[in-house]
Amino acid sequence: MQHPRRTRLAWWRGPSAGNRLAFTAFLAPAVVYVLAYFAYPAIQNVIMSFQDYSATTFFTGEAPWVGLQNYRDVFGSPIFGTTVLNTLLFTAGSIVGQFVIGLLLAIFFSRRFPLNSVLRALLLLPWLIPLISSSSIWRWMLDPESGVINYVLLQLHMISTPIPWLTSPSLALLAVVIVNVWLGIPFNVTILYGGIKEVPSELYEAAALDGATGVRAFRYITWPLLRPVVTIVLVLGVIYTLKVFDIIIGLTGGGPANSTQTLATNSYQLSFGQFLFGQGAAVSNILIVFSMLFAALYLFRTRRQADAA
Amino acid sequence: MSGNRLSGRLLSTAFGVIVVAAMLFPLYWMVNQSLQPGTGSGNNALFPVHPDFSVYAQVIGEQGSSLLTSLAIAFGCVIVTLVVAIPAAFSLAKFPGRAVTIVLTILLVSQMVPSIVIANALYKTYVDVGLLNSLPGLILADASAAIPFSILVMRAFMLSIPDGLLDAARVDGAGPIRTLVSIVIPISRNSIITSALFSFLFAWSDFVFALTLTTSGKIRPVTLSIYDYLSSTIQDWAPVLATSVLSALPAVVLLVVAQRYVAAGALGGAIK
Repeated sequence: MQHPRRTRLAWWRGPSAGNRLAFTAFLAPAVVYVLAYFAYPAIQNVIMSFQDYSATTFFTGEAPWVGLQNYRDVFGSPIFGTTVLNTLLFTAGSIVGQFVIGLLLAIFFSRRFPLNSVLRALLLLPWLIPLISSSSIWRWMLDPESGVINYVLLQLHMISTPIPWLTSPSLALLAVVIVNVWLGIPFNVTILYGGIKEVPSELYEAAALDGATGVRAFRYITWPLLRPVVTIVLVLGVIYTLKVFDIIIGLTGGGPANSTQTLATNSYQLSFGQFLFGQGAAVSNILIVFSMLFAALYLFRTRRQADAA
Repeated sequence: MSGNRLSGRLLSTAFGVIVVAAMLFPLYWMVNQSLQPGTGSGNNALFPVHPDFSVYAQVIGEQGSSLLTSLAIAFGCVIVTLVVAIPAAFSLAKFPGRAVTIVLTILLVSQMVPSIVIANALYKTYVDVGLLNSLPGLILADASAAIPFSILVMRAFMLSIPDGLLDAARVDGAGPIRTLVSIVIPISRNSIITSALFSFLFAWSDFVFALTLTTSGKIRPVTLSIYDYLSSTIQDWAPVLATSVLSALPAVVLLVVAQRYVAAGALGGAIK
């Protein structure tokens, strides 16, 4: 048998179809798994979003077709505009905060000094502990009366009265963004640090001969070469931020007065709070469209980089 | 090295320590406040001068079964993930053809789907097939997040296994399964450990599936215990924070004991 493509293993040249079969069998469970846990639910959500799927459905088994009614209900709901706006603000705020702080720290850690790697490893901790645990710590720290954050701000005379971080509709979203920035910094530092370390040191040496060091070296060497990594970090950041659920539910539950309601929390509350699974599915579908748009962007960028390399 | 350079480096270290201390302050605060019962009334000390561990005895008594449930789910997730992901990673590393690219892309994209979207439809399916409120149900759901990640991490490593080695095994009469078990798995040990660690952490930290795929309170992972605290009026924060400390322990232990593997995984699933 002649394969036109480059074969990696002599195995494939033999007449034995057994190996081919074995490799297909090796892959099969994973493929079935992904179909069952990603493809099937995604299709289910589309179907449910055209049905009146509610609490009674689970008793009667009846889910009548209602066409676009769920979408009309969702778009027509008074909080839908707020939800979309919150999702945008939450995502934008989180990304800007995480990225700027993450980049500054990545630049700092790219210098050589004692304990560097130990400190970078410790920085990963917030990223590894359960999100719901993080939200409980921050709930307590942001407590208006007894929380340490107001305590410190009061002691420093930066504020005169305690700030109701999580109970004020105008502040809750900011508070949730701050916590999410804290959570996202380790990821940003790790990836950007890796990117900065990839820049060949000869370039800096050559630039230093021309008198470009420090900020100028960053501007003319590091930044242009880091751009592909920056794109990836930003796109992945958006994808991960759209997924955020635990933190908001743990800190505010989407309140006060829906001021921290995002597409993710709204979908949950429609389905599991009000048992309107059809509407929950409709919001889920809107969320997944956004996620997949950025996923496509990610694939497009990474492929282009692979081709350019 | 001149003295000037050295002091500059030590200054950098000092600054780095301050930054990391600031980033980890919430975790310090969690431990500090968990050692001061009655937390919630007035300001508490900045340091646990008189640490009181009694709240831990109380929490372990109350939440012991939740911790065990989380452990069972996490270990179950590790086993399911490795059984499914190791052969798949090997196949994707050494299988010639275009199908590989398609499968890899699907695996990458599957990690970008919000869990709550999956949960929305999974709930109905679990009701239909009777997996609601069950350990296997949660283990399987959690593994769905761990499997794509693990396949990508292990495949990246398995690409570097020399083909000659596999051919030699074939000449000696080893079939694919024998090759996988006696050659590929021992060589890929490190990437398998990384995958196992993260599969454990994914399942241990899972909140979305724990929240949506249980309704009875019979099966209650520790993340759900913390959420139950947060959804009620909290008089004393010490038990809440002590439970949070216990839930954060695996991450701390793994980072200290297996830093190498954690660092490998930090870049694993996202960037190919």
